Amino acid sequence: MIPRIFIPDDSGAVALGADKVAKAIAAELKARGIEAKIVRNGSRGAYFLEPLVEVACDKGRIAYGPVKPSDVKGLFDSGFLTGGHHKRWLGDPAKIPFIAKQTRLTFARCGIIDPLSLEAYERHGGLKGLRKAVAMDPTAIVGQVTESGLRGRGGAGFPTGIKWKTVLDTAADQKYIVCNADEGDSATFADRMIMEGDPFVLIEGMAIAGIATGATKGYIYIRSEYPHAVAKMNKAVGIARKAGVLGAKVLGSAHAFDMEVRVGAGAYVCGEETSLLNSLEGKRGVVRAKPPLPAIQGFLGRPTVINNVISLASVPIIMDKGAEYYRDFGMGRSRGTIPIQIAGNVKHGGLFETAFGLTLGEIVDDIGGGTHSGRPVKAVQVGGPLGAYFPRGLFDTPFDYEEFAKRDGLIGHAGITVFDDSADMLKQARFAMEFCAVESCGKCTPCRLGSQRGMEVLDRVAAGVEPESNLALVADLCNTMKFGSLCALGGFTPYPVMSALTHFPEDFKPAPMRVAAE
Amino acid sequence: MAMQPASTEIATRTASIVEEFRSLEGPLLPILHGVQHAFGHVPQEALPVIADALNISRAEVHGVVTFYHDYRKEPAGRHVLKLCQAEACQSMGSDAIAARVKQLLGIDFHETTKDGSVTLEPVYCLGLCACSPSAMLDGEVIGRLDDEAIDEIVEAVRA
Repeated sequence: MIPRIFIPDDSGAVALGADKVAKAIAAELKARGIEAKIVRNGSRGAYFLEPLVEVACDKGRIAYGPVKPSDVKGLFDSGFLTGGHHKRWLGDPAKIPFIAKQTRLTFARCGIIDPLSLEAYERHGGLKGLRKAVAMDPTAIVGQVTESGLRGRGGAGFPTGIKWKTVLDTAADQKYIVCNADEGDSATFADRMIMEGDPFVLIEGMAIAGIATGATKGYIYIRSEYPHAVAKMNKAVGIARKAGVLGAKVLGSAHAFDMEVRVGAGAYVCGEETSLLNSLEGKRGVVRAKPPLPAIQGFLGRPTVINNVISLASVPIIMDKGAEYYRDFGMGRSRGTIPIQIAGNVKHGGLFETAFGLTLGEIVDDIGGGTHSGRPVKAVQVGGPLGAYFPRGLFDTPFDYEEFAKRDGLIGHAGITVFDDSADMLKQARFAMEFCAVESCGKCTPCRLGSQRGMEVLDRVAAGVEPESNLALVADLCNTMKFGSLCALGGFTPYPVMSALTHFPEDFKPAPMRVAAE
Repeated sequence: MAMQPASTEIATRTASIVEEFRSLEGPLLPILHGVQHAFGHVPQEALPVIADALNISRAEVHGVVTFYHDYRKEPAGRHVLKLCQAEACQSMGSDAIAARVKQLLGIDFHETTKDGSVTLEPVYCLGLCACSPSAMLDGEVIGRLDDEAIDEIVEAVRA
C-alpha cells in the first residue's frame, strides 16, 4: 500500500511549523523517489505534540511529534513510513494518554480525517444524523435535542432545544440559523479547531437545525482573526453544496437549506448574540435589549436560531446516536461532553473533550501537567476574559455550569488559562477593566464608563492612594456593572476583577507594603 | 511609497465592489472588507458611494467603519505584525515580547515605522492559546514566540 502521511494544517499546528514540516517531507519524498500521499488533517488538539505527524501503514497509524523540519531526514532514515523507531516516535496516537483519556463525541473525527473529504467524513460516521433528521418530523428533532440536555456551549448554557422550539413555534415567511463563530475569548480555540479540522460536522448540525425549525438559510459569522477557519469553511460549504448536502433538496429530501460564511471585523462584543446579529445586518455591533428574543425577532427581524459552533456541531451525534446516548455523559444539569481548552502557562496545553464533572484540579494538574514554567500554579482563569480567577483552594470545583456559578465563576466557552506564581493579580484585574473599556459597544453606561473608571481606580490602588476606600469603590462599581449592563461584557467583567480581589488580596496591597511583604 | 489612487478611481472601484455584494442580506461588512482589500484601508471617498448605493446616510456608514477595529483610516505598512496580548499569552510573557518588539522597531502599538515597512498592532486572541505567546505576520500564524523568533521577524519585515 502507498503510505499516507498526515500533517495537520490546523492553524495551531501551522503556528508551530507544520507547513515547513510538510514542505520538508514532500521534498524528501521527491529526493528519495518514494511514492506516498500527504494528507493535511486537522489537529487532535494535543498542541504540546504539534506538529504531530502520523503515518498510516501496515501497523495502523503511527504518530511522531513534535516534528521539526530538521527531524525529517532522520525520520526517513529510521523508516518512519513503515512505523520505524525514532526519538520522536509516539506510537499509536489513540494511545497517547492525553488523547486516550478523552471522550470524543463532537470532536470524534477532528485530527483523524482530511477535513475537506466528504467521503472520509461519511466513512467516519458523518451525515448519519442529517439522514435521520430529513425523515423526521421537526417537532421530533427538537424534542430529541431538548432531551439530550444540550446547553449552549458559547457560555450562557441555555438549553439548545428550547431555543429551537421557540423558533419552530414562531410563524414567519423566512427563518434563519446563525452560527456564532466569533470565538473571541482568550484560552478558547474549540470553534477554530472544529471549523479547521471537521467543518462538515458544523454544516451538518446547521442543516439539522434548519430542518428542525423551518429555517432555510444559515450564516456562519467567523471572526476575522481566524483566516484559516474562514477559508476552510468556505471550501467545505462549496463541497457540501455540490454534493447536495446543502441546497434546494438537502440529501434529496423536500427540505431546502443553504448557508453562507460571513467574516467579522475585529470587535470582541460581536460574540454577544444580539450584537452579532446587528453586525451581520451591516450595522454597528451594538447590543440589543431583550426581549424581543432573537428566536422571535432575530436576523432582519425574523425568527433566528443563534447557536455557538460547538452546540451546533454536537447535534449530529445526538441525532445519530440518540438523546440518551449523549445525556448519559456528564453530571447534574450539565449533560454530555465539553471540549475543555487548556491554555496559557501549562505543560500539556490543548483541547480535551470529556464528560462534565472533572475537577479543576484534575484538569490543571493531571491533564495539563502543571505549568510550562515549572513554577507553582497561582491562578486559573476559567471562561475567558469575563471568567473568574480561581486559586488552588477552589481546585475541587467540578467542571459543571452550576458548580462554577456556586463559586462565583462560570465555565463560559470552557477555556482555561493557567498562570504561575509570577502573575500579578492587580494587573490582571486592571486588564479586565481595560479590555472592557476598549471593547465596550458603548450602549450601557455602567460598561462604557464604569470600565474606564475601574481602570483609573485600580491605578490609584496600585499607586497606594487610599487603597481601602478605593477598593470599596471597585466593589461598588463592579456591583453596578454586574446589574446595570445589558450583556455579559459589562455584566461579567466584575468576575475577573472581584475574584482577583477576593482570592488574592495580598496583590492589592499598596506598593510599599507589597515590597515589604516580599 | 505607492501612489494613492485618485478620488474618481476610488469611487469607480468602490462602485464595482458595492455591485458585487449588494444583493447579499446585510451587505455592508462584506462591502467594507472588499474596499479595504482593494485599497489597503477604507478611504473617505468610498463612503458616499456606499451610502448612496445602499440608501443609508454617510453618517451610518461612518459609524460602522469606526466601530470595528479592523477598518483602517490609512494604509498600513508593507507588513502588518499583530502580537497577541490576551490573557493566555500574558501568562507566557507577552508583555515582555511586546516591549522587545517595540524597542527593536522603534514604534508603539498602532504605529508604522517611518520607512513604511511595518505596522505593529495588538490583537486580542488568535486562538493559538495552547502555543502562547503568539503573533500573526501578514496573515501567517506564529506560536511560542521567543527572542530568536522575534529577531527573525524583525529582520524579515525590515528586508
